Amino acid sequence: MQTFFTPAQRADPALAESEAILRRCVHCGFCTATCPTYVTLGNELDSPRGRIYLIKDMLENDRPATAEVVTHLDRCLSCLACTTTCPSGVDYMHLIDHARMHVEKTYARPLPDRAIRALLARILPYPARFRLALSLARIGRPLAPLFERIAPLRPLAAMLRLAPKGRPAAAPSDVSAKPLASSAAGSKRAIPYGNSTPASLSAAGAEAAPPARRVAILRGCAQRVLDPGIDAAARRLLSRLGIALVDVPGEGCCGALVHHMGREEEALGFARRNVDLWTARIAAGGLDAILVTTSGCGTTLKDYGHMLKRDPAYAEKAARVSALARDITEYLAECDLPALPARGLTVAYHAACSLQHWQKVTLAPKRLLAAAGFSVREPAEGHLCCGSAGTYNILQPEISAALQARKVSNIEATRADLVCAGNIGCLTQIGAATSLPVVHTVELLDWAYGGPVPARLAASARFAAAE
Amino acid sequence: MSNATSHAAEGPGCAPIAFLPPRPDVLARRDEIMAALTELVSAGGVVRAPLALKPFETDAFVAYRQPPLAVVLPQTTAEVSAVLAYCHSARVPVVARGAGTSLSGGAIPQADAVVLGLSRMNRILEIDLENRTARVEAGVTNLSISEKVAAQGFFYAPDPSSQLACTIGGNIAMNSGGAHCLKYGVTTNNLLGVTLVLIDGTVVTLGGKHLDAGGYDLLGLVCGAEGQLGVVTEAVVRLIARPEGARPVLFGFDSSEEAGACVADIIAAGIIPVAIEFMDRPAIAICEAFAKAGYPLDVAALLIVEVEGAEAEMAAMLAEIVTIARRHGVRTVRESQSATEAALIWKGRKSAFGATGRIADYICMDGTVPLSQLPYVLKRTGEICAGFGLEVANVFHAGDGNMHPLILFNANDPAEAAKAEAAGNEILKLCVEAGGCLTGEHGVGLEKRDLMRFQYSEAELAQQMAVRAAFDPLWLLNPSKVFPLEGRPA
Ligand SMILES: Cc1cc2nc3c(=O)[nH]c(=O)nc-3n(C[C@H](O)[C@H](O)[C@H](O)COP(=O)(O)OP(=O)(O)OC[C@H]3O[C@@H](n4cnc5c(N)ncnc54)[C@H](O)[C@@H]3O)c2cc1C
Ligand code: SF4
Ligand code: SF4
Repeated sequence: MQTFFTPAQRADPALAESEAILRRCVHCGFCTATCPTYVTLGNELDSPRGRIYLIKDMLENDRPATAEVVTHLDRCLSCLACTTTCPSGVDYMHLIDHARMHVEKTYARPLPDRAIRALLARILPYPARFRLALSLARIGRPLAPLFERIAPLRPLAAMLRLAPKGRPAAAPSDVSAKPLASSAAGSKRAIPYGNSTPASLSAAGAEAAPPARRVAILRGCAQRVLDPGIDAAARRLLSRLGIALVDVPGEGCCGALVHHMGREEEALGFARRNVDLWTARIAAGGLDAILVTTSGCGTTLKDYGHMLKRDPAYAEKAARVSALARDITEYLAECDLPALPARGLTVAYHAACSLQHWQKVTLAPKRLLAAAGFSVREPAEGHLCCGSAGTYNILQPEISAALQARKVSNIEATRADLVCAGNIGCLTQIGAATSLPVVHTVELLDWAYGGPVPARLAASARFAAAE
Repeated sequence: MSNATSHAAEGPGCAPIAFLPPRPDVLARRDEIMAALTELVSAGGVVRAPLALKPFETDAFVAYRQPPLAVVLPQTTAEVSAVLAYCHSARVPVVARGAGTSLSGGAIPQADAVVLGLSRMNRILEIDLENRTARVEAGVTNLSISEKVAAQGFFYAPDPSSQLACTIGGNIAMNSGGAHCLKYGVTTNNLLGVTLVLIDGTVVTLGGKHLDAGGYDLLGLVCGAEGQLGVVTEAVVRLIARPEGARPVLFGFDSSEEAGACVADIIAAGIIPVAIEFMDRPAIAICEAFAKAGYPLDVAALLIVEVEGAEAEMAAMLAEIVTIARRHGVRTVRESQSATEAALIWKGRKSAFGATGRIADYICMDGTVPLSQLPYVLKRTGEICAGFGLEVANVFHAGDGNMHPLILFNANDPAEAAKAEAAGNEILKLCVEAGGCLTGEHGVGLEKRDLMRFQYSEAELAQQMAVRAAFDPLWLLNPSKVFPLEGRPA
């Protein structure tokens, strides 16, 4: 498309980058068809092409964001289905990032909205605070219907409803880390038989492992609180594969939560802190990968290089960290896990947007599950977001609920025995609306390769029997 | 300065295509019109803020732009009827809009018009496999019909490359075609009935699940009428059973002329494959970079020929085609080996226009020529563009002689944009001179309106306008389009 920026505007590298993105868009409209909000609301303004146009106009004219524009930009899930669809390669993600920063700078949100956002930004990234908030939410749950009736307070109701009903599951205790036989020789990370290391490696033990088989797992923030069992499963499985896990003390939230609210400085703060810690870790002896079990966070890690590219002190370090970031299934797919006989269980695989649209990790999880003996089903409309999208289910409860219902009905139509996905946000969102058990991909893999039944399945006699 | 509004309604460079001058009395009543429309549709159905109207100012013919007076998004036929009845009585022009993928500017509004968007009417109402029909709302996308019945082994045949996004309403208005229309026909051959709302709000149904009714073929008239005879709210379309097998085959040639001549000979021999698509070297490079479909990069022109049916049937037809291709010095022949590969081959082809956006802005031409003229017209097209110092990529439905030269240019360079438009006009005139016509499937819209006299005599145009006036005597429906502005009835 033709753009209208002045030479002075073009001198600003951020604007120049956005202009280059806009220039690629040919206004063909293909992206509208796969956008969850357009499909739900049927308004061009709630489509990628419409948002691109709103952003273009706002940036070209250096206009402060208006309530109308903010409404439509806020409804964007950042799911990036549009980017998967776009034949022209329009980098929507970095355009909407820029627009969100512009909104944050130029628009005064109404007080309740501001308060909720500030609250989320101060709680979610900090595990201790989040844990406390969840306990309070459990007590406050009866207030949800009341908040529901007052429009500006609806996000509070959504928040209360989302809090898991029981206490967060404790990580299942470690079972014996029996070594695994590798199926094929010559794999990138061929596994030496019988040479496995215990799950929690002492620092010294990890140092002893060769760098090619030494990884860190992002501990993250929200997932740690909501479901510590996921990382425990990943740790057990990796250990059984003879891969050494190093801990990086002090590492925290990846910054995604605030990044998507347009709070750029806060996001960069989180990013710099993590980059420093990992850089030190890399310097101390090398890392094969930084593994992520929450694909939403994985996306942000992989984008650190871009986020910090204009910071000379960090550009290079951040790029190195991004290059090491891998989704857990991406990494496991290179580990040549042996093929197992069919288990007689069908799994509906829900592709998280952050995996399929952002990171383009589409085949690895399904192949791993199939090799582990699960029969994998793919729900219809797999490209559509489940409505979780970070804090979206709190900030946009109506659209989120519509997408949740659509997703769950597509999943249930597969008649699978259980649902699995690679992102805690999706697990929570889908789990809240279906009676099917919902687990993380890596929990199923751990189970199949010798770990315990995932906590959410353990309750059911049927799965315990299938073991 | 960077104020985009000052560019609105302004085409690229010289001799821009004009919109009808807005009626001042309508502009003056804007608030009153908004208030009235708000009463007529369900919540969220009216877009009023000027900033929010901008994204509706254009379609895929993005060189031209004009924000509308208002946008209204009804959800039922009754709401459409109420909106049209009101606009009729208030003398407000109306431009229907589906997905806004028109390449001829069909859905571009005008300053005094209400855009009537069908995007909230996107339900599939009935699938009747016994009668092989589907009844859908006008805002349903083309592809979603095929997706809905895929598991049962059926599909909706016309497949514009934009089928992922474009709506049935838009397809009907433009009588859209696609790669597979060589065998199955275009929209008009697959449309059985519509619910049409006339400008005064009257709702009529034309056709239905049965074939051919008595009396005038009004359905045929509405198909291709570019939203000027009424607004379609529902359609009944034909479903077709999937063939036993289908396989695209790639034929690579050393020159565009040879590939063009090969197409002419295939059709002349009475062979009708499902599709014959053409790509020249620049188009092959663009599509391969996006889809990684394995198109040969060392040839000057590529034909994608799809055959279908039982294995023996496919083999027999393929053998005949290969014989003809050999006569034209075909260099590579490659059959797709799997369903995945076939899907990639089509994905690359169908993404061709969008993928072109990776390297340049483009305008997409849409002339149709007799097949025997293909080699000549391809050659002249290259010469015309070179004469303007512009590059061109050709990717089109060759079996139908429906050419789509993509003229590449830089939209931020007004002089180059003007040249691109001028080159486009030359190419369309070339198509008419070669015995073809101005449009194969994208419609006249705004883009080709002023060239209509080049193709039709005054008497022919007058006759078409008389038909239009019989439906819409006040010329309120999409009035800036199709007919040249001068010489219209008072
Ligand atoms: C990348 C790309 C590839 C394309 N490939 C093809 C192709 O292969 N073949 C082809 O034929 N076309 C193609 N097109 C053109 C375009 O997609 C078609 O013309 C399509 O039918 C337009 O549908 P739409 O829903 O987007 O309609 P719009 O663009 O919104 O409108 C088109 C016209 O239809 C009218 N209209 C829309 N809905 C209604 C309704 N319900 N009632 C009455 N009038 C209505 C509008 O007023 C306008 O005049 C392509 C476009 C793009 C961008
Ligand atoms: S698909 Fe890409 S090029 Fe087409 S309108 Fe969307 S963003 Fe623009
Ligand atoms: S990121 Fe998702 S919600 Fe946002 S515009 Fe793209 S497809 Fe739509």
